[in-house]
Amino acid sequence: MFVAPSDPTNKVKNLKLSQLCELCHSRKAIIKRPKNLQKICKLCFFHVFETEIHNTIVDNKLFYRGEKVAVGASGGKDSTVLACILKLLNERYDYGIELVLLSIDEGIVGYRDHSLATVKRNQQQYNLPLEIFSYQELYNWTMDEIVEVAGIRNSCTYCGVFRRQALDRGAAKLGIKHVVTGHNADDMAETVLMNILRGDVARLEKSTAIMTTSKGSPIKRSKPFKYSYQKEIVLYAHYKKLDYFSTECSYAPEAFRGTARELMKNLEAIRPSCIIDIIYSGEGLVLKPKKPKRQTVVTKNSSKKMKEGNNTTSAKKTEFVDGNRCEKCGYLSSNKICKACMLLEGLENSRAKISIENDTSADGAAKTLRTLENLTF
Amino acid sequence: MVKVKVEFLGGLDVIVGKERIHKVEVTRDDGNAVNVGDLIDYIVAKMIKEKNDVEVFIDNGSIRPGILTLINDTDWELEGEKEYELDDGDVVSFTSTLHGG
Ligand SMILES: [Zn+2]
Ligand SMILES: [Zn+2]
Repeated sequence: MFVAPSDPTNKVKNLKLSQLCELCHSRKAIIKRPKNLQKICKLCFFHVFETEIHNTIVDNKLFYRGEKVAVGASGGKDSTVLACILKLLNERYDYGIELVLLSIDEGIVGYRDHSLATVKRNQQQYNLPLEIFSYQELYNWTMDEIVEVAGIRNSCTYCGVFRRQALDRGAAKLGIKHVVTGHNADDMAETVLMNILRGDVARLEKSTAIMTTSKGSPIKRSKPFKYSYQKEIVLYAHYKKLDYFSTECSYAPEAFRGTARELMKNLEAIRPSCIIDIIYSGEGLVLKPKKPKRQTVVTKNSSKKMKEGNNTTSAKKTEFVDGNRCEKCGYLSSNKICKACMLLEGLENSRAKISIENDTSADGAAKTLRTLENLTF
Repeated sequence: MVKVKVEFLGGLDVIVGKERIHKVEVTRDDGNAVNVGDLIDYIVAKMIKEKNDVEVFIDNGSIRPGILTLINDTDWELEGEKEYELDDGDVVSFTSTLHGG
């Protein structure tokens, strides 16, 4: 059941001029926007928040009239607010798009079953069609089973790979060619930061794109919340009393991402604009086009040229190839066999091994987890 | 003494017995007005069940970055943060922005 936040009953007695909204100058300011530190009232906040997303959609030509669009809906705050806002904007500005909620059931007992209940309520609340696809039906594995075999430490890696494909396959089954996700500015800044920290320059360019398409794939992805702060998304959900699911996943995020996230939050507390600033920096970092290896002439300042030459060779390693198909499942892949199929193969081998050693099957993952935690492949 | 409503939202209810809404009475020994700083001390001392969970809520002596603090639905930054003097019937909410995408 959803318990809405309480409405305050106490009213401010003597409103000072400095407490007024900087936009309408008539109501009490209730938030300070992290983007520009502007103090604004609730109604102006709704208006600017919605309008900025509308502008993002229009400026980037995210939709066309008659397009069928799937909202990747997890029941969490981001996708719940996204579904709510897209429905509202579609009606207000007459985009003429057809919205569908698309959910993936990873099969995590005590977590995803509860969040799916939220999505089902959202379906009623927003009156949108809902389609659910499960890991079980797509891969014949639930996330709980995967964790039992692969250990909890790798869970996010598996889940990330499988969820991405699952959304694509789900959309394809519904004949939908566009999936929108609730990734917000904070998520994007975090990803840019992580790619920089890992030296993963090949992914840098893709990580700030508002819309991504893979060569040969009919399904494109976009992030209408690219410039929306997490803080404002949560505030929007709070003031609109949106019903969202907020329990942490049973399988904790990998330590590196968690630390990067904390670093971002600490930076934001000191300088709120840094989230947008990191995205801008990421957008500005464009890889040099690969140059054919030059013959370096030995001159006085040859050491500098040598360095450049080395850089181009090492960049080759991280190059991204698109457009090939997996030999096993037909999904787009840069290798002969896609990442999901590779992971599945490893899982099948491990399952065979484990079923000999261990016969008790647990409902949740916790039971056999401790003994299997150290098992990797 | 002051009677206020405290809410733990966005998944933060896990640190206070999984209950989102709490009605509490906070007093100060010296008789001065109770402020939000006192309320935070009260939450840490009396409401958070597991001592390990305190760091989910508090970082460096204040509310952890990533938790949104609202006083009567207004960002506490605009209300003087810990210095805000509470009145009977005030609603103070803490919302985690970090839980679950
Ligand atoms: Zn206003
Ligand atoms: Zn495959």
